[in-house]
Amino acid sequence: MLEIKNLSASIGDKEILRGVDLTVPDGEIHAIMGPNGAGKSTLSYVLSGREGYEVTGGSATYNGENILALTPEARAAAGIFLAFQYPVELPGVGNANFIRTALNAVKRARGEAELDAVAFLKLARAELKNLSMPDDMLKRNVNVGFSGGEKKRNEVLQMALLRPGLAILDETDSGLDIDALKIVSDGVNALRSPKFSALVITHYQRLLDHIVPDRVHVLSAGRIVRSGGPELALELEAHGYVGQEAA
Amino acid sequence: MSAAFETRNTVDTLATQKYKYGFETDIAMDEFPKGLNEDIVRLISAKKDEPEWMLAWRLKAYAMWRKMEEPDWARIKHPPIDYENLYYYAAPSGPAPKSLDEVDPELLTMYEKLGIPLNERAALAGVAVDAVFDSVSVATTFRSTLAKSGVIFCPISEAVREHPELVQKYLGSVVPVGDNYFAALNSAVFSDGSFVFIPKGVRCPMELSTYFRINARNTGQFERTLIIAEEGAGVSYLEGCTAPQRDENQLHAAVVELVALDDAKIKYSTVQNWYPGDENGKGGIYNFVTKRGACRGARSKISWTQVETGSAITWKYPSCILQGEGSVGEFYSVALTNNHQQADTGTKMIHLGRNTTSTIISKGISAGHSNNTYRGLVKIMPGASGARNFTQCDSLLIGDQCGAHTVPYIESRNPSAKVEHEATTSKIAEDQLFYCRSRGLSEEDAVGLIVNGFCKDVLKELPMEFAVEAQKLLAVSLEGSVG
Ligand SMILES: Nc1ncnc2c1ncn2[C@@H]1O[C@H](COP(=O)(O)OP(=O)(O)OP(=O)(O)O)[C@@H](O)[C@H]1O
Ligand SMILES: [Mg+2]
Repeated sequence: MLEIKNLSASIGDKEILRGVDLTVPDGEIHAIMGPNGAGKSTLSYVLSGREGYEVTGGSATYNGENILALTPEARAAAGIFLAFQYPVELPGVGNANFIRTALNAVKRARGEAELDAVAFLKLARAELKNLSMPDDMLKRNVNVGFSGGEKKRNEVLQMALLRPGLAILDETDSGLDIDALKIVSDGVNALRSPKFSALVITHYQRLLDHIVPDRVHVLSAGRIVRSGGPELALELEAHGYVGQEAA
Repeated sequence: MSAAFETRNTVDTLATQKYKYGFETDIAMDEFPKGLNEDIVRLISAKKDEPEWMLAWRLKAYAMWRKMEEPDWARIKHPPIDYENLYYYAAPSGPAPKSLDEVDPELLTMYEKLGIPLNERAALAGVAVDAVFDSVSVATTFRSTLAKSGVIFCPISEAVREHPELVQKYLGSVVPVGDNYFAALNSAVFSDGSFVFIPKGVRCPMELSTYFRINARNTGQFERTLIIAEEGAGVSYLEGCTAPQRDENQLHAAVVELVALDDAKIKYSTVQNWYPGDENGKGGIYNFVTKRGACRGARSKISWTQVETGSAITWKYPSCILQGEGSVGEFYSVALTNNHQQADTGTKMIHLGRNTTSTIISKGISAGHSNNTYRGLVKIMPGASGARNFTQCDSLLIGDQCGAHTVPYIESRNPSAKVEHEATTSKIAEDQLFYCRSRGLSEEDAVGLIVNGFCKDVLKELPMEFAVEAQKLLAVSLEGSVG
């Protein structure tokens, strides 16, 4: 379970998160919506441990452990995965090599047996098939020259292989065509289990047609200003964010 | 670097490796008195049973060296080297072994420890090894197999005696005795190294490799390598080097000469991992090396690939003289410096013949307090119509205490020539590191991965099994450079 209490964070001397309260029990998928610049990506970075973000108050625990004290890699080992809003290119680094290195690092940290190249490829090819992605996705360099949609699918591929306990998806639906949206959603739904939870950051109701959330939250000006069931997303779609702060 | 590899992939073990070749071997040695004079040169020559012409050649080099000054144009700093306080010859005592069975078991054990089994049955399939320990070649494997195809692969001291016509014809023909200070010194006192001759039309059936090891204290190592590929011949050759961990600096001044006749191809790869000194800059090898290849024949090709991670100081510019029409020169280099290491390295491509082409890909990585300079010369002579060069020179900085410098010289005296130069300097981006770490990689593993990606265009030029070793070496050499 992810428990965020009164979390505040700033970049430099600019306060971005101003007391976020949010609880995501295991087995649930929560959506976060909210206007541009509200602090959605900032929340995802603070939860995954990016440098440059100073936590000024509050707490965040995952399965009872204070994650804010952990390095990014230790958070990954603890089962937290972030699908980036803007996936990063790694020139010269083969995608298969990258994902296998990551997978083995996480397995090692969890005390599980590592995968050799052959076993990994078998696993990765199976996931590619599930995600209707071509095999050459593994041969190319990490995100280099990938189209916007391919980058997002590559995030989902990594998520599928790393099997996180908590996935944070930051606008993974942006830039996807209708078929890809379906595929990516299927990828997330396939992970659903009593032990899996997700925070899905999105601007669009259409994603939530495929990944039906247990709860929808509105983040505005650094705070959760409203929470509700799936119907909240429909309401937002119809009326926009105007007046949400006051609610 | 070894000729045999375990393909271990756990970066964990790497993280604790540091300089794993730093041990010493205890073996009875013959050493001449310290210092350099004509008598020492004569002694070395006598010890090797050399013919008169060889001694005369050495003495000429010695006389030239005495009149020369150490070069000072490179971007390196070191206290003066006291040439009178060095030993110029050190060799395991006793008569030279005639076969592997006669090699001191202590030596065989040492090479095994380095991952180079000299026993032919245990050796890596398809790689013949010449092992040079301090000043002498102690064992050369697979000689008889190679001899069947007419390939000569032996210690150069033996070639001087057994193949004098070849040695006299080619030795010093690419790097003249008085070429530069360190080449002159080497010419006077070189004691061993490898000799390779690939006759007309023969593709060498195995990778050839020389493994250099400095062991003795206060001893300079001056090896000499000569590789000749006749018309249509081809060979791939690799050298690796390590030394014990010592507080004092040690001098290594080698000369390598390559000759390629019509349609011949020589691929020369180096994985240089001499002891780099400790994290405060104490100790380490001074590596002053002259490497040059002559593409004498039409359509001949010489390709240098180097991965330089060791040495306190590296001063080295593997070059190509592109004389034959349509000949090709290539230089692929990764130079990594960490802590207080200094590297000033690059290449010279001298275009003499028509339609000659050269490619230079240099990747410099600097970390810690190190300094890394690429220095390159592309020279197009008036006769080199249609010559082309492409140079790509990338620097990667890790931290803000290190330096990267690019010094390209381009001299074109033929208007039909095309010379292209691209250079970039970058830092490992914070978002790249965070992306990797968010996936579970430690910061050091992330840096290793990104650096290996940065060097990929060069690493892919290495023979497969050495590429794996080189990748690990890059990761180990960067240890402690982040965080
Ligand atoms: N490195 C930074 N330096 C200064 N300000 C920043 C930095 N990163 C983000 N911000 C600011 O923090 C605020 C929140 O940004 P964030 O990216 O979290 O918004 P978001 O809710 O994800 O928006 P979007 O919907 O557009 O993705 C914005 O005002 C943004 O300009
Ligand atoms: Mg965002």
